[in-house]
Amino acid sequence: MSVTIKVKSLTKSFGPIHAVRGVSFDVSHGEVLGFLGPNGAGKSTTMKMITGFLEPTSGTVEVNGCDVQDTPIAVKRAIGYLPEGAPAYGEMTVRSFLNFIADIRQLTGSHRQQRIAEVIDSINIKDVIDQSIETLSKGFKRRVGIAQALLHNPKVLILDEPTDGLDPNQKHEVRNLIKEMSQDKAIIISTHILEEVHAVCSRAIIIASGALLFDGTPAELIAKSDRHDIDHAFRLITAATEPVETEEIA
Amino acid sequence: MSTLFAIYKREFTSYFVTPVAYVFIVIFLFMTGIFTFYIGAFFETNQADLEPFFRFHPWLYLFLIPAISMRLWSDERKSGTIELLMTLPISITDAVLGKYLAAWSFTAIALALTFPMWLTVNYLGNPDNAVILASYTGSLIMAGGFLAIGSCISAFTKSQVIAFVISVVICFMFILSGFPMVLDLFRGWVPQAVLDAIASFSFLTHFTSIKKGVIDIRDVIYFSALIIFWLYVNVVVVEMKKAS
Repeated sequence: MSVTIKVKSLTKSFGPIHAVRGVSFDVSHGEVLGFLGPNGAGKSTTMKMITGFLEPTSGTVEVNGCDVQDTPIAVKRAIGYLPEGAPAYGEMTVRSFLNFIADIRQLTGSHRQQRIAEVIDSINIKDVIDQSIETLSKGFKRRVGIAQALLHNPKVLILDEPTDGLDPNQKHEVRNLIKEMSQDKAIIISTHILEEVHAVCSRAIIIASGALLFDGTPAELIAKSDRHDIDHAFRLITAATEPVETEEIA
Repeated sequence: MSTLFAIYKREFTSYFVTPVAYVFIVIFLFMTGIFTFYIGAFFETNQADLEPFFRFHPWLYLFLIPAISMRLWSDERKSGTIELLMTLPISITDAVLGKYLAAWSFTAIALALTFPMWLTVNYLGNPDNAVILASYTGSLIMAGGFLAIGSCISAFTKSQVIAFVISVVICFMFILSGFPMVLDLFRGWVPQAVLDAIASFSFLTHFTSIKKGVIDIRDVIYFSALIIFWLYVNVVVVEMKKAS
């Protein structure tokens, strides 16, 4: 397995607030990394730095051997990213929004048509394709955000709370989709839902108050608890840290 | 397709999927009519030219252009789409230019729709159409100046209202920078050379020859430099404030 995402002692401060403190980890091809942590732990901030939206205070991020600070465009080309809250242009229809992303991603010809048709099909947004995004329910908005991230069939996927706001059936579908895709991609997802880690992730990382507290397989995480309960293990690991200083920076 | 054009296309079509475009165009045409015929006394002057029409463009643009530009960046930041945009493989310069050119094209359409004015004056007399064409060109370039200011200001704030008000104030100072109300603010504590420089920034002074149909290369350079300066600041501000 080749290492695709390399995060090295990543730190981010907003003034006096340390949102992320010296976080390091690698993600290889074929891995699904679950990002866990309480609200405001620095999960989204870390993702924003990997995708080049935020500049780290110190530390480096490499994606496919390219440094995100030195060659941001190359890194952004390689990544499909679902930002927190799945922002999209509300006045556009789903179809025109996907076409816009395809324009930016420079997909052309039959490949473009094929990719658009594929994501519409796999994310199941066919019924709302001509609806404007602002009229969609939270679940559909989220799915449009995922569709947008998948459009160029990226080798690296970063999804910030991909199943937030979805109903149980939709959650199941999205998890299956992530599992299907995991063979030829490096994927990072963040989530509050611990069962999700068990269902889709091959590795889990726990961040609290900006520091990395755990890095291992879901089985190792469960083994931390004498009750063999993942919730319990999560509480054991995160309760030791000081109370959360700040809301997650949006 | 280049990413700049992709941004341009999305931005431009977005004007027409909301009522913004239609409201703006109707009000623009209505106001140009009022200014030309009532305040500009188009008929009473008895001359076959469009000077009474162009004379009021700086004042119309003062309020209408910030209304177009206020949402360019503040809306992206407020709705969070800036995070989507800035994590797509585009340069900030492409994004700023694409949005700016879309807004400018939209203004050009509104301006072009004043063509009945041109038909009217041609029906009533024999105006110099070369002069009218030059005036239209000059007016469009001036609109570009207002837009560059407005686009830059909208990158400073998440609030469209604040972007609008600040843009109007700054545009107003640029319109009147050759006049006492602006110059008196600076007189006494800045050197005369700076005072002269400020005076030479006036949109009105630069538009005076343009509205008579004379496109002076100095006026073109002035507006081009102004546009480049504000768009450059725009890029810097977007880079700085995108995540705050």
